[in-house]
Amino acid sequence: MMFVLLESLRSAFAAIRAHSLRSFLTALGIIIGVAAVIAVVSIVQGLSYTVNAQFQGLGADSITVRSYTPLAQQMRGRFARLTESDMAAIQRQVEGISHVTPILFDPGGRSGQIGYRANNHFAQVFGVGPSYMDVVQAFPQEGRFFAPSDEERRRMVCLIGVEAARNLELPGSGMGEFIRVGDDWCRIIGVMESRGEFFGFSQDDFVLLPYSTMQRLIGSTRRYDLQIQLKVDDIERMDEVTARIRRVLRQAHGLKSGQADDFRVQTSEQLTESFNSVINTVTAVAGGIVGISLLVGGIGIMNIMLVSVTERTREIGILKALGATRADILLQFLIEAVLLCVLGGLLGIALGYGTGALVAMALPGFPPAHVPLWAITLSVGFSAAVGIVFGILPAAKAAQLDPIDALRYE
Amino acid sequence: MTQAAVRVEPAPVIALRGIRRDYRMGDQVVHALDGLDLDIHRNEYIAVIGASGSGKSTLMNLIGCLDKPSAGTYMLNGREVASMSENELAAVRNRDIGFIFQSFNLLPRADALRNVMQPLVYRRLSIGERRRLATEALRRVGLGDRMDHLPNQLSGGQRQRVAVARALVGRPAILLADEPTGNLDSATTIEIMALFDQLHGEGQTIIIVTHEPDIAAHCHRVVRLKDGRVEYDRRQEPRR
Repeated sequence: MMFVLLESLRSAFAAIRAHSLRSFLTALGIIIGVAAVIAVVSIVQGLSYTVNAQFQGLGADSITVRSYTPLAQQMRGRFARLTESDMAAIQRQVEGISHVTPILFDPGGRSGQIGYRANNHFAQVFGVGPSYMDVVQAFPQEGRFFAPSDEERRRMVCLIGVEAARNLELPGSGMGEFIRVGDDWCRIIGVMESRGEFFGFSQDDFVLLPYSTMQRLIGSTRRYDLQIQLKVDDIERMDEVTARIRRVLRQAHGLKSGQADDFRVQTSEQLTESFNSVINTVTAVAGGIVGISLLVGGIGIMNIMLVSVTERTREIGILKALGATRADILLQFLIEAVLLCVLGGLLGIALGYGTGALVAMALPGFPPAHVPLWAITLSVGFSAAVGIVFGILPAAKAAQLDPIDALRYE
Repeated sequence: MTQAAVRVEPAPVIALRGIRRDYRMGDQVVHALDGLDLDIHRNEYIAVIGASGSGKSTLMNLIGCLDKPSAGTYMLNGREVASMSENELAAVRNRDIGFIFQSFNLLPRADALRNVMQPLVYRRLSIGERRRLATEALRRVGLGDRMDHLPNQLSGGQRQRVAVARALVGRPAILLADEPTGNLDSATTIEIMALFDQLHGEGQTIIIVTHEPDIAAHCHRVVRLKDGRVEYDRRQEPRR
């Protein structure tokens, strides 16, 4: 069996080489199909690789609580929100939490606009509690974090991300400078460590204020919505803590059974999962498109193989006269089709990876392309399967030829 | 019949009895062979002649196991061909028969050596062994220096020599040549016939289908077909 396979492979290589241009054009459908899938997969997987790493950085033991308003309610102008009393209830009634911080954005205010001298810039500005460092695992690389006294006295101080500092063209690291946040001025008391880029967006373009200072900036006339970020003691008890938070908040919001939650409790695992489900959908859609193009490519291969069998009818007759059995002929043509597809697949992988790498390189800040082994295995396997499926008919046609008719064929 | 009258003769390599081969052409049945009897022994040198349509080619295909008779028995080396499976027929074509065609029928994309090696592939010989035997066969037909030439780089006579080498490489019992000189000029024809004479001298059984009297004159026995039967079958002193 091995002998026959090897011999068929040898003659298949010879046949493909003899018509190299035609073979290339025949396999083009496969090449493009596989290249497309590998390009998409390499980019998407590169992305997911990076994103997963980022989520891991967020910490598997962290939980985010956000308010949630269904779209229909939003249209009516009713927004759910989380307040300090919700946070207090969580702190009071839920066990197993090591650190909690509120995260407060100015809802539609002007505080996102920051300035220094003549430079104006728009950055994320949010107020955080003293535990923020421990919850998010982000630390100042220079200066200090907020002290309890900053919080108590609502001091106009801030920490700045390196990208925001760069955008404002602050002198040096910016320590001690005053920047404008909305309509007020804050002194920079620290610079946060760089967190790098995410989807090509800088994660260092922000300004942190003490929570109470942020409240002051928002003023007392506008209602605001908190995001609560917390860290659990024991990662094993994640589900328990999540469930407990939910109960406490439902009670605090006076929700009756049957009413939907007006908030969402998310773990980083859930974030990863929801992101991965997006990634998987994209991969599956790409896979579907590629499936179609491989089908088209396969039909192309079948077509050319049928032509090739007709063209080589006389050769088949000769081989039969020399003692080739039907199985010999069948295998020879089948292996030729499979080899054509597999070579096309390999070429497609190289091309797709090249394209993916180029695209990833061309987009600034995009994570590098990453081709997982399963994608390569699957592509080659799929190409081979296409070769078998679409090669069997021409090969069977060749094997069934009557030697006398084949020898007489002009 | 007495015991003394029975001549002790070796069994024939080929024994055809009452062979019929019918073709259906539309609603008409054509009897290409119509009850033909023929024995061929080892180391015979036979010319099969006859007008076109006399059944020469059909007989050739039957003897070469490319085709099966509609009726009658064909014993090849004592085995009944009709009972053989497709794969057994392929094995017979590979081992017992060496074909030589009028139009050479070389594989166009393979060089002389590969052409001659091809039948040995179906014998599952290793590539080294194939190369050794093929080289030997090509030397034997005087083409030791043309082994890496493609068929279209060879003259007609050289191509037919490659075909002869290919037919011989598996040491078949029978060499079956269908108009082997039909596409060759007279000088090359003489060359090829000299090669056949030499092979016969070495003990090879040779069957040549031809319509040229000059070719038939080389043979020891001439069988003339007419309307699918043997019209005459006579031995002759070959012309050299």
